[in-house]
Parts: sequence; structure tokens; C-alpha cells
Amino acid sequence: MADFKIDETIDITDVVCPITFVKAKVALEELEDGQIISIRMNDGEPVQNVPRSIKEEGHQILKLIDNQDNTYSLIVKKVED
Amino acid sequence: MAVDYSALKKGGFMRQKQKNTFSLRLAVVGGTLKAEQIKKIYEVAEKYGQGYVHLTSRQSVEIPFIKLEDIEEVKIELEKGGVKPGVCGPRVRTVTACQGNTICPSGNIDSTKIAEGLNDRYFARELPHKFKFGVTGCQNNCLKAEENDVGIKGALDVHWNKDQCILCGVCVKACRLGALKMEDNKILFDESKCNYCGRCEKSCPTSAWEGENAYIVSFGGLFGNTINKGESFLPLIKSEAQLYHITDTAIQFFDDFGNAGERFHFTIDRIGRDKFKKAIEEAYNGGF
Repeated sequence: MADFKIDETIDITDVVCPITFVKAKVALEELEDGQIISIRMNDGEPVQNVPRSIKEEGHQILKLIDNQDNTYSLIVKKVED
Repeated sequence: MAVDYSALKKGGFMRQKQKNTFSLRLAVVGGTLKAEQIKKIYEVAEKYGQGYVHLTSRQSVEIPFIKLEDIEEVKIELEKGGVKPGVCGPRVRTVTACQGNTICPSGNIDSTKIAEGLNDRYFARELPHKFKFGVTGCQNNCLKAEENDVGIKGALDVHWNKDQCILCGVCVKACRLGALKMEDNKILFDESKCNYCGRCEKSCPTSAWEGENAYIVSFGGLFGNTINKGESFLPLIKSEAQLYHITDTAIQFFDDFGNAGERFHFTIDRIGRDKFKKAIEEAYNGGF
């Protein structure tokens, strides 16, 4: 597994759809172009849908890591418009 | 002079409880109306109706309270705004559709284009009974494909390209049916579990998943006095030409074998499921 230099982390396991994506989107907006964020999300609906929404916003997804505790961490590189 | 109600019904004028009063159904394809058409509908509803419209359960518009004596004038007036009357009775009805992949991120096919294609081919075609087509862009099934006599559902015929894959694992979790697994730096795809929703392709951050537009067709759906879920038994349909060859065959089967007042589902039941399947499978396999 490639290593990433994580610039920021955010936990969205405390919210439900659609706030999951909103919280992630807000966190991404705070970053500089090219910075990398790790987004921790719940298994089930968040991990099914949030990665795709982030892709559709134009950011680059690098990895989805199974934390083995029913959560996943999505590693995303910010891409400015 | 006696009023020819069946001719009026054929022309979209639905008799109301109130004497000599009609609710005029308009021709709408796939739930889309141009602003210019809406403006004309507004004018006609104001002048000849009671200043409102009714949205039907099949994405059409009706203008209630049109007087018998105004019918010809109303038709001419609507025509000026590019609005045509719809139909009722034993013929091909309004083709319903979602907005499809030109608008919706989940869409796998251009539903509007398919609805227009079906409409051009079949709208108002005389048949033993009413006949409904519905087009939905994906497995989310917003347009309830299986409640139609012939329902069309958008699918994505997906393939994985190892070279493009970064093994991020997103697709494995995006799949709701457990058709994907990641093992030994490979994605294993169990097509027997796949419903062609396209979520793997849509979630893939690289171009490791490729998908081609395809169609799933269901036959014999009903959602009125009797309820029956339309049945899908064909493999993926991979071109528009093939799709239309199949819909041509289905509608012709109904035209040839249906009894007056009998819905498609009951014709298939009476004539025999095997015979119908055989005709459709032949259409699937050739001649387009």
C-alpha cells in the first residue's frame, strides 16, 4: 500500500446522509490544491455513496482503507477547479 | 347531432361528470414540455378552462372544464404553441421517462431520447387495449419500468481494466450486491450477482471501470385493477436497433394475438409464456 502524507483528517461517522457529504465537502474547501485529507466514514450507505460524490466534485480519490471497526478512511487529494 | 365520445376520447378529450364538459389530455413525451408550450397551456386553461391544469399519473397534463362547443377552437389554439392533444382508449399511451443520463448522475441511458424514439414509432397506435411504455434510466427505477406493458431500464455493461486500476477499493464498497471482491491486487467480478446498476463505474476515481449503455426490458406489467410486475427474461440489450426490434416484436405480438379489452399480460398468459418468450428471444438474437 502506498503511503500518503495526510495533511488533514475529518470524521464524518457522527452524521448521516446528506450531512456526511456536506461535512466532507466543507473540509475539502478548507484545503489547498494538492493537499490530502483522510475522511473517516461509516460502513454501509456512507461508504457506498460518499466516495462517488467526492469524485463528482472533481477531487482525486487515492485509497479506501478498511479500519476493521466498521469504518473506512477515504484518502482524497484536493483538486481545485 | 350526436356526440361521438369515442372519437373525442381518441383525441384526448376525457368526458367529465359535468355534461358536455371535457378534460383535455395533452401529448407529453417523457414528461418534458417546452416553456413555449407551457405558456400556451396556461393561456388555454385561463381562457377555455377554469384556470388550472391537472398533472396526470403518467407525466401528462390535462386541462379540465373544456366546453364541447370550444373543442375545435381549443385544438387550433394549442397547435399555435406546439401543443397536441394526447390520447386515451385502446392504443399506445403517453410514453413516460425520467431525465436519464443527460441530467441525472445515476442515469445509464438517454431516457428522453428513447422515449421520443418509442413515441415516434408507436404513439396512438391502435391496439386491442391500452398499451404503456415507460423508460427509467437505472436500477433506482424512478419511473417504475415494471408497471408498464413494456418497461425499459437503463443498464451499464461494465468491464474492469487492470492497467487503469489503483486498487483503491471504492468500487468494492460501492457495489450493493457484493459482486466485487479485491484479492491479490485484482478485482474479482462475479457477473452472476451484477444488476448492471453502474455504481462501480460511476464511483471509480480512475477509468478502470468502463461501461457501455445497455437496456433491460420487462413485459406484461400492470398497475391498475390487477397488479402484475413486468417480467424480464432477456440478457442485456446492447443497441438501440436491437431494442426497437424487440419492442416491435412485443407490440406486434399483442396486435396479432390480443383480444379486445385484454391487457398485454393476459394475452401472454392466454397464448402462452413459452410462445411469447420464443418470439422475443428470436428478435433478440437477430434481424436488426
